[in-house]
Parts: sequence; structure tokens; C-alpha cells
Amino acid sequence: MKQFLSFVRKEFYHVLRDRKTLFILFGMPVVQILIFGFALSNEVKNSKLLVFNQAQDEASAKLINELEVSNYFEIEKVVGSYSEIHQTFKQGDIRLALIIPANFGSDLAHQNKASLQLINDASDPNTATTLNNYVNIIVQDFLAQNYPSAKLPFAILPQTRMLYNPQLQGAPNFVPGVMAMILMLICVMMTAVSIVREKENGTMEVLLVSPFKPILVILSKAFPYLLLSLVNVTSILLLSVYLLDLPIQGNIFMLYAVSTLFIITCLSIGILISVLTNSQQVAMLISLMGMMLPALLFSGFMFPIENMPLPLQVISNIVPSKWYYIMVKGIMIKGLGISSLLKETAVLVFITTVVLIISIKKFKIRLA
Amino acid sequence: MFAVEAKELRKVYGKEKTVAVDAVSFSVKEGELFGLIGPDGAGKTSIFRMLTTLLLPDGGAASVAGLDIVKDYKEIRKRLGYMPGKFSLYADLTVEENLNFFATVFGTTIEENYHLIKDIYVQLAPFKNRRAGKLSGGMKQKLALCCALIHKPEVLFLDEPTTGVDPVSRKEFWEMLKRLKAQGISILVSTPYMDEAALCDKIALIQGGKILSIDTPNAIVEDFPNKLFALKGDSMYLLLQAANTSNFVEHAYAFGEYAHVILKDNISSEDLLLDYLSQEGFGALEMKQIVPSIEDCFIRLLR
Repeated sequence: MKQFLSFVRKEFYHVLRDRKTLFILFGMPVVQILIFGFALSNEVKNSKLLVFNQAQDEASAKLINELEVSNYFEIEKVVGSYSEIHQTFKQGDIRLALIIPANFGSDLAHQNKASLQLINDASDPNTATTLNNYVNIIVQDFLAQNYPSAKLPFAILPQTRMLYNPQLQGAPNFVPGVMAMILMLICVMMTAVSIVREKENGTMEVLLVSPFKPILVILSKAFPYLLLSLVNVTSILLLSVYLLDLPIQGNIFMLYAVSTLFIITCLSIGILISVLTNSQQVAMLISLMGMMLPALLFSGFMFPIENMPLPLQVISNIVPSKWYYIMVKGIMIKGLGISSLLKETAVLVFITTVVLIISIKKFKIRLA
Repeated sequence: MFAVEAKELRKVYGKEKTVAVDAVSFSVKEGELFGLIGPDGAGKTSIFRMLTTLLLPDGGAASVAGLDIVKDYKEIRKRLGYMPGKFSLYADLTVEENLNFFATVFGTTIEENYHLIKDIYVQLAPFKNRRAGKLSGGMKQKLALCCALIHKPEVLFLDEPTTGVDPVSRKEFWEMLKRLKAQGISILVSTPYMDEAALCDKIALIQGGKILSIDTPNAIVEDFPNKLFALKGDSMYLLLQAANTSNFVEHAYAFGEYAHVILKDNISSEDLLLDYLSQEGFGALEMKQIVPSIEDCFIRLLR
């Protein structure tokens, strides 16, 4: 035990004294969360909106206010005629125009129905559709709050509810994805490289010629990365809760338990790579090409697995990050309990066991 | 009991079946300082790795501290100290941290065996907070020796410990080995430097994976069957060529500023050779009989 602790302490010295690696280790999750949270977002925010309010009553003022405080729209211009609307569109300043008819408020109050006109700049059709949806949701909210008995002029009104993520934010999707990616990268690559480095430097030679059990060498190498990865999980969660306003719906301890399981899976893959390779470059290449790419492609975080050809769907089953992604999403976003995630847990435990058994079988107690 | 005993050890590498170690047999008595002397690529490191249980032999058998290197590798690993040819400590750990780490890995403490490393460690102590990677070559080797010694091994394996170390540090290093030997530790050391051979109790001259000769340094020198002369003159290169092509010389080879010459015993003498060379036009000739060194023995054995 004392030997193990001394080994772990040595490993921490290595990590903490290598400033560049340390920076990457702790900087990467923060940078990725920030990039995904603020730069690579498919949400459309602060779209420029033009308003032609012919009603000028209390109801229309309220609706415009709702739109303005929603964060999705920014009122660029208020006009008084149709011709001005087309002119502004041609100048390219606005994405959307909202026209409120003259007796909007009284129609709503007396006939329980009213109409609105939306004019979209559909040169980017996806954005136009998204903006339409935003307006629809806001208008429905406005109606539900102020005129519970009112109906929009639709014969059938579909009552859509966006479960778990009513505002269709990006964060609930990418936070679990980034967690899976970061942990995969750190655990697999860092462990593999740090063990292979001992081989390259010749220190493995000295360690092998010692009473220290070879398998303990490997385990004590993996242990610090387990702790560091848990620190990373914490920093990602803190960022997503406090910066991206994404609350954790499920049990936080379960989230950590699941993350620990996934980290152990990744560490065992890293160990396997280190057992099979003899140079840091090869270990790094295998970790990057063999792990990062599948983690990105097959976790379901960037590309839906359901759309892939069947063989790829089958392959995706052996990618641990897919299962972890499902679990984190389940716990964090949907607030599921462990009983709903038994299958995913079992798969990860199975992968870990198989990989560890192969690594132990393949581990060399000698040099060649 | 022998500290190390190798019988017909053999190691073959790769698909081409390159023979690195070919039926090597030798034995190291307890408390003996035994040197494996040979040039790079002679198979020294392969022998060391087999004896330290890092490589499996392809033939033959060996024992260290009476234990079989294949069967009892776990027990052997507790009892031997090994210093690989390449600097193999943690460059980003300080001197003290390296030493502490290796002490703990071997289940001991610096204090417990401090008497073994004291002489060496006092020289390192001023740098104990310096990262190992920032030490000079000689200091690195001293630290590596400390780390290999910290668990009081019965047999110490030092693979080319003085390669890349300045002459003064080399001398110091060998003095330390003598002191360790006095403490009863058996030492197997390899080196490409022939001048270090004389400092061993017993040496094995090795080349191309084969042992050419095993004996004490003195006996090896005494075994030199011929008279050996050192020859000097102007234009050494041409002189060497002329000597080798003449009928009087068995073998002549460059050796520092001299050419070492072995004469053909029955038909020639140094005067005959000198006459011949001056007739050939060489001036400032100087020739004297010398005592052969280990290197001369090695060169003779190679022929």
C-alpha cells in the first residue's frame, strides 16, 4: 500500500510539473464548454425584428414586450406602413416582420380570436422556420397567460410540448457530449502516453526489475487520471449549471458514479493501448484516431445514430462514449434513475472487464 | 555458491535470427567485481537483460544468487540491483524524490540503508532539490547507482555505468565500486573502456556475442604470447602500412601516438625491422618493447 501511494504521488509530480499538459488537461474542458455554449450554437438569438403595430393597444404592447424580453428577438425598427417593411427587408437589416392588425386587442377580448401576420426572410430557410417556431411559442405563452379562453384562428391547434428541453436549447445536448469526449480523450490518451513514456525512457526497465508487481505499476499509473478526470467532470458540471443555466435534474451522486464507471472504462482502454505499443507517438495516434473519431461519430452527440447505415449502427454499440452519453443525458436532462439505465451500465461494465482481461493477458513482465 | 552463473547463454533476435549472445558461459564469485569488456554491439546489454530477468534466453541457463533466471524471476528481482546503460530515472523528479521513490518501491527507506550510499550521497546532497534531468552526466550516474543500491542488493548489475562520463568522474565511480565490493556486494559491470578492465577482479573479453577469454586482468596480460613493441616515426600512416607489408611483422596496429607491433618470432628482430624501415626512407624512428595492455590482448584475440 505504501508502495502504491508513493507511486501515485510520483505520478502526480509528473502531471503537476508538466505545465503544458496540465494546461491542456484542465483548460480543454473549459474551452470546449465555452465554444459549444457560445460559439457553436444552433440556437438563433437576438434576431432583428420589425414591428408594424396597427393596433397600438394594451394587448399588442404586451405581446411586443414578451417578444422583446425573450432573448430571441431584438426590435430593430417600428414602422407605420407596409411599404417600409419591404424596404427594410431589402436593406437586409431584419429577419422577421410582425404585423399586428388594427383591432387586435378588441378582437381578442370580444371574439376570443385574432390574427397576426409574420413575414420571414427565407433566404436561410432553417433560420426562418426556427424563428417562426419561437414566435409561435411566445404567442401561445402570451395567450395562455392573458386570455385563457382565447383561440388562435386555427381549426385544429396541435398542443406541442418539448419535453425536458422546452426552449430547445443546445446545452442539454452538447454538455453530455463534451463530457464523453473530454473524458475519453484525457483518460485514454493520457494513461496510454504516460505508461508508454516509461517504456521509452527506460524507467520501465528499472521498475520491472523491482519487487513491485507489474500490474500495480499500471494501476497506479491510471489512478491519478481517475482523480483528475473527476475534477474535470466537476468543472464541466459547474460551468453548465452556473454559466449555461442547465440544471442537473437527476441525482448528482449517480451522475458521478456513472462518470467514474466510464472513466474506468476509458482508463482500461488506455492501458490496453499502452500494453500494445512501445512509442509515445503510436500510442497518441491510436488514441486520437482510434478513440476520438469514434467518440465523435458514434456517440450520437453530433450525428444521430438512427440515420446511419446498419453496419455503423452495430459498430456504434462497442463505442463506450455512446453509452455514457445516453446515461448522462438520462440523468442530467431527464432526471432518470439507475433502474432506467441498467442496460447501459451493464454494457460499460462488460466492455471494461473484457478490455482489462485482454490487457492483463497481454502485459509483458519482461522487455520482449 | 556463485553470485552469477551463466551456462551456454544464447539470445537470438528477429526474423533474421541475428545471434546477439552465442553460448556465453561465465561465473561471478560472491563478493567479486566482474567486468564484461567489449565494444558496442558485442552483446553485453543482452547478457545483462537476460540475467536481470528482463529477457528470456533462447538457450542455455543462468542463475543469479543461486536462483534460476527464468523460473525464479520474481525472487531475483527482489535481490538484484540494476542500473541500465541508458539513464533511467525520472528527469522531472528531484534527486531526493527519485531516491525516495525507488526506496519505497523496494520496500525500504533511505535511512535504513543510508550506510551503503553514504559515500556517494554526500556528493549528491548539495543538489538534492535539483531535478534529475538537470544534473551533469557524472552526477546522474551517481544518482542512478544510489537508486540501484538503496535496497541493499546481493548482486549489482551495472550496464556501461561510465559511458559518457568524464575521466575524473569515471575514476571516482570505480573507487565507489571497490568500496561496495568491500561491503560484500557482488558486482557485474560492463564497459567498452579497456582501461577500466584492469580495475576488475576478473574480466571476460567479449566480441560478437562470444566470450574470447575469461581471467584476471593480470593473467590475461601475462598470457600475451609475443613480445610487443611500440613504434614511432614520421608519417605514421605510411609507417604502419610499410610495417604491415614487410616480412618481419606479424601484425601492426595504431595505438594512440604509437603503432604497436608484434614481430614474426622466428625470423625477425626489432633491428631487422628498423633497418628495413630506414631503407624505405622513414626517419625519426623509435622502437621499444612494452608491456601489453588489456586492449592489446583484446586486439590479438580478435585476430
